[in-house]
Amino acid sequence: MGILIENNTKVLVQGITGRDGSFHASSMLEYGTRVVGGVTPGKGGQEVHGLPVFNTVARAVAATGADCSVIFVPARFATAALREAADSGIGLIVCITEGVPVLEMIANYYYIRQKGARLIGPNCPGLINPGKSKVGIMPGHIHKPGGIGVISRSGTLTYEVVYNLTLAGLGQSTCIGIGGDPVIGTGYIDLLELFEKDPDTQGVVIIGEIGGEDEEQAAEYIRREVGKPVVAFISGRTAPPGKRMGHAGAIISGGKGTAEAKVKAFQEAGVPVADRPDRIPELIKEKLGS
Amino acid sequence: MKIHEYQARELLAAYGVPVPPGRVARRAAEAARIAEEIGLPVVIKAQVLVGGRGKAGGVKLAHSVAEVRQAAAKILNLTIKDIPVQAVLVAKAVDIRKEYYLSVTVDRANKMAVFIVSASGGVDIEELAVKEPEKILKSYIDPLRGPDDRQLRRFMSAAFPKALLDQAVETAGQLYRLLIDKDCSLVEINPYAQIDETTLIAADAKINFDDNGLPKHAEVEAMRTEEEYSREEIEAKEAGLSFVSLDGDIGCIVNGAGLAMATMDLIKLFGGRPANFLDVGGSSSPQKVLTALQLLTRNRDLKAILINIFGGITRCDDIAKGILIAREQIDLPVPLVIRLIGTNEKEGRALLEQAGLEAASEMTAAVKKVLERAKAGV
Repeated sequence: MGILIENNTKVLVQGITGRDGSFHASSMLEYGTRVVGGVTPGKGGQEVHGLPVFNTVARAVAATGADCSVIFVPARFATAALREAADSGIGLIVCITEGVPVLEMIANYYYIRQKGARLIGPNCPGLINPGKSKVGIMPGHIHKPGGIGVISRSGTLTYEVVYNLTLAGLGQSTCIGIGGDPVIGTGYIDLLELFEKDPDTQGVVIIGEIGGEDEEQAAEYIRREVGKPVVAFISGRTAPPGKRMGHAGAIISGGKGTAEAKVKAFQEAGVPVADRPDRIPELIKEKLGS
Repeated sequence: MKIHEYQARELLAAYGVPVPPGRVARRAAEAARIAEEIGLPVVIKAQVLVGGRGKAGGVKLAHSVAEVRQAAAKILNLTIKDIPVQAVLVAKAVDIRKEYYLSVTVDRANKMAVFIVSASGGVDIEELAVKEPEKILKSYIDPLRGPDDRQLRRFMSAAFPKALLDQAVETAGQLYRLLIDKDCSLVEINPYAQIDETTLIAADAKINFDDNGLPKHAEVEAMRTEEEYSREEIEAKEAGLSFVSLDGDIGCIVNGAGLAMATMDLIKLFGGRPANFLDVGGSSSPQKVLTALQLLTRNRDLKAILINIFGGITRCDDIAKGILIAREQIDLPVPLVIRLIGTNEKEGRALLEQAGLEAASEMTAAVKKVLERAKAGV
């Protein structure tokens, strides 16, 4: 099982003729993802890695039956690409693109929701159901099928944590990078709800960071609604206030969004917080054992 | 991105919001000329991006041209929170009867833009939110349709009396248009001053922009003031690196913002102090590693450098090449510890080994090692 994607998920790559789109289309194919085609306006009829390229998402969906799309287009085209995917009946839209303006994302968020689609990202590494399907840019080989769900605002830090989980013999059911922007399509709570229902997921690791109050809200939700063991890690304990730490969303402003507040919220909700990434496996093992 | 008050005023005026007459001056004589032109009395206000300029003596009222010259000279000599004042706004002093607050901002938690108003303006709104939250009113804006006129009017009538309501509603609409047009993260008028029976005016203004929106708006980017970032931060940005200076002595070069923060945290956990946040970004070329090392080694407090790479899009061999080029071009004054893992790890390690360098594969071990070597100095 796992959540959101599986063996049969049919994936389109929007921006497949670009450098990143083309590279990751090939890496997803290698991993075994069922990539069925790509979209680049004006390049319909071409082929990339043996995959058909279409001018529009609508045509691509009609020809391939794709139900998921992963977006690699430059930031200035992201809103058009997202809306086109939602208009064409794509159910799961994964936006890797970084740098989409927040106000555009706010409007996109409601637009996509109205169409009944789900958005992961933007500014995210995508998601992987180990051994089944990879829709994103993460290195596939560090993952291993298993029972841990991973939700993270970060990219490489997620790889670090997954690597440690795999080393400790803890495979993953699904790992989702939700994105480092202030406004994202799918948050911790949406995914906690799905993991709670997923029979293959035994426990969940949350990798949060400074900025916003999503971790605090997730902690409150876990306290009320989540029965499965959850552990967390928060990065940015040494980040100074008022400075954006790489991710657009990683900023402490007006005294809000500090690592201390997030750690405290999780601990009060009974969620142990690891003080370093390589301690996460032992914490989740303890929780699973109890 | 932040801009100065005088720039914010110009933008507001361009959207139809009334502001007191005034202009920016960089010399006392210029300030005096502006005062003569717009008429006395005037307020002279330091143009710095940090808050608390009033308390620091950066705002003065002047009734004569001589006073203007004197006050402007004094303010232009000030340093407010380490920022030397380089410009002053000279604006016509208005007779304020009552101070309101009006802003539109992005509420990330609710994923909507929101109008914020208060009949108790003039004070720090964040402070007011803590002390007297009931005095702050909020109205969320439909992200697909924009503000609803009737609803907005009803909402604003809770803070503004009838005689001011039309104007306040109109201004709110103008602020929202500015927010959307220019991808702002905040458009704030505080105080939003009542100067007679029926007139409101923007006595002070603050506008912040979403950095992600800047590529769309060259005219906004052109307003950038260097004051917001250190010289290193600006150079890093131009090189495609994300960099923040901190006050420690262990330099870090990491790929990915989350991992970069986690690396800093781990340094602190083991008793060290990180000198910086530095994310080399996704597709990092050897050149980026070279630039990063050049930036870091300018710091005189630096005791050691840690390069922590978990290759995904970033390829370990590119990083290794960058390190080797840097070793030829710059004399590294401090010990360097490298951790390499992920995409093209074998190739990267082979390159380093040929040059007599070794790389750790675990992050915790690498952090411990860099702290030891910083202590030993070799």
